[in-house]
Amino acid sequence: MAKKARAINASAQAASAGTLTAPGGTGIVPAPGHAAPPVPVGDEETFAIIEPGHTYGSISQKISEIILHGNLWTGWLVGLAMTVSLLLLMLTALSMVILQGVGMWGINIPVGWGFDIISFVWWIGIGHAGTLISAILLLFHQNWRTSINRFAEAMTIFAVMCAGMYPLLHLGRHQYAYWMFPVPNTMQLWPQFRSPLIWDVFAVSTYFTVSATFWYVGLIPDLATLRDRATNRFAKIIYGVFALGWRGSAKHWHRYTAIYLLLAAISTPLVLSVHSVISFDFSVGIVPGWHSTIFPPYFVAGAIFAGFAFVLILAIPMRALCNLRDVITMKHLENCGKVMLATGMVVFYGYLMELFMGYFSRNTYEQYMTTNRMVGPYGPSYWALFFCNGFAPQILWFRKMRTNIPCLFIVSLIVSVGMFLERFVIIVVSLHRDYLPAAWGMYYPTFWDWAQFIGSIGLFSTLFLLFVRVLPSISMAEVRELVHHEGHTAGAGEVAYEEAETSGDGQTTGSNLKPRPAQA
Amino acid sequence: MAQVFHPSTNTISKFSIVGGLLGLTVFCTLWFGFNLTYGNRLYVPLEQPVQFSHKHHVKDDGIDCRYCHTSVDKSSFANIPPTETCMTCHSQIWSDSPLLEPVRESWRTGRPIAWTRVHDLPDFVYFNHSIHVQKGVSCVSCHGQVDEMPITWRAKTLTMSWCLDCHKDPAKNLRPRSEVYNLSYVPPANQPELGAQLVREYHVLPRQQLTNCSICHR
Repeated sequence: MAKKARAINASAQAASAGTLTAPGGTGIVPAPGHAAPPVPVGDEETFAIIEPGHTYGSISQKISEIILHGNLWTGWLVGLAMTVSLLLLMLTALSMVILQGVGMWGINIPVGWGFDIISFVWWIGIGHAGTLISAILLLFHQNWRTSINRFAEAMTIFAVMCAGMYPLLHLGRHQYAYWMFPVPNTMQLWPQFRSPLIWDVFAVSTYFTVSATFWYVGLIPDLATLRDRATNRFAKIIYGVFALGWRGSAKHWHRYTAIYLLLAAISTPLVLSVHSVISFDFSVGIVPGWHSTIFPPYFVAGAIFAGFAFVLILAIPMRALCNLRDVITMKHLENCGKVMLATGMVVFYGYLMELFMGYFSRNTYEQYMTTNRMVGPYGPSYWALFFCNGFAPQILWFRKMRTNIPCLFIVSLIVSVGMFLERFVIIVVSLHRDYLPAAWGMYYPTFWDWAQFIGSIGLFSTLFLLFVRVLPSISMAEVRELVHHEGHTAGAGEVAYEEAETSGDGQTTGSNLKPRPAQA
Repeated sequence: MAQVFHPSTNTISKFSIVGGLLGLTVFCTLWFGFNLTYGNRLYVPLEQPVQFSHKHHVKDDGIDCRYCHTSVDKSSFANIPPTETCMTCHSQIWSDSPLLEPVRESWRTGRPIAWTRVHDLPDFVYFNHSIHVQKGVSCVSCHGQVDEMPITWRAKTLTMSWCLDCHKDPAKNLRPRSEVYNLSYVPPANQPELGAQLVREYHVLPRQQLTNCSICHR
């Protein structure tokens, strides 16, 4: 009985979805003549969380349109061609390192950690903004997070994937990578739990697992919407399988909300713990420039700093290309700018405190390390770091600059470079002067170092472009909820309520809502 | 458009989750079991240039291990006997046997017989026969009862965990030195006390040292 009822309900949904979607429509803006929602177009920016006038239906229509009927083809294909070429460069570098060994990189004693570990920390750091947005801001009821959490979480997952590759390559003997996990084996080998490098393995693998689960659970209602709105049978099946039979019943929503909050609570400590553990890789070692108690908070702040810069680097082109200016509004960009400014100040404080501690420690090696950073052979990288992470973000104090999109984009790029330089200064500059002058040396990245790093950007971008094409880069279910809440405050709520009343049981995926012109 | 999923999909997907988990468990168990036995090629008689029977020479003829493996108690390597050792007897008995033609050929040409190695440890493991024999570890502990093997096979896995099982607690495997080459020795009922006494008497290293990486990996 119940099964039959479900099937009927689902087919009713599918039928009504058919009336809504424009099967022949190719553009993001629906073709005239169809029951098209009043999607705000044009270049005017808004400081609201979401452009007023949106309804449940118009949100589902607008976002699923990008995937189901998107005409991103030319730009998207050109972008994909570029990123895939970078990905191929990475695969070449990867094969080279696997076949020939890590000697292809510029690392050697005394600088045993080079671009591989720098890139690892850089990528992991970038991921942190996604978790902060999706988990912490959710728990703090910052509802502006809703429009940017989905792609920020995707950014986290892809960044962790890029990061995870580096320690594996850095091992040199990739076939033994599983030795880092406590797997029962015929050698009775067990990881050395006193080593921060093992903590790293657990921090990163937990981070990836939790982030991916969180992301997927959040996607389920949207996958159901896509299943119902897709006109292609193959797409229906694929989205349907991953939607796990979501029908949007009250029971489903109840469980979904519970697990979503629970996962947010599990993710929250990860924002702080993962990069703290990564900083232990350095601060537990007795190397001047590494052995410092300020590292965990300063690494976490740096991670969020870099992550928000990357969110902006992704959001600014995406909202332009996919015409999402009404969902990812100026308010989001400005808020990201504010977070960058705040965390950037913490990071800058960390730099200044390192300088002070160099003097205050009265330790020859600490003092030498600090002087060497400033005037040693790698001195320019230190000053470039000060410019990129210390001075450049200060421009964000001015609201005019914070809301100027080209300015935000350029500052974000500068910060990303700065965060790479920060890890370069910490890792390479600390290692290249050993305690004994006889053991001093220099590190120069080789072609393969650069190929591996630039190629990993290709891996990230390829994954991201594919994500934008096949999955909703903005959470439809959550933005519909946002429309509902905004309706309460802005007075546009009657529209939403009316729809909810007339829509029957299938209303929860939003797919069978007849969009109506907003009255407010 | 027609519904793409039949209502039975719900049931099928629930069962496939359970089935997948069960299948994974079964697969892992089988894989582990396979690797511990057949994966290590245990109990597989190995092809040799001459069908040499330990069972015949040790059990029926009563020849001591050290008659052929002369260096087992003095050196790291329990030597493979040279053709001359075989010829001490086989120049006199079975001197026309066609089975022994490879031995006589080796004797005539001076080219050693290329035996197939039964136990081949990796090169990063340093194993010393003499120290084990001197501390009261019998041949049987590692090689099994070769006096029961018509053609030699591998009786123990020789994996690192197998080595460590004894290195963590050698007392359970020790026997008096006089019994090391006795392949049919049965441990007495008081093996725990005897083992502990032999550990003291033969100065067997404590567990911390026996399980140190550089005991075997130098």
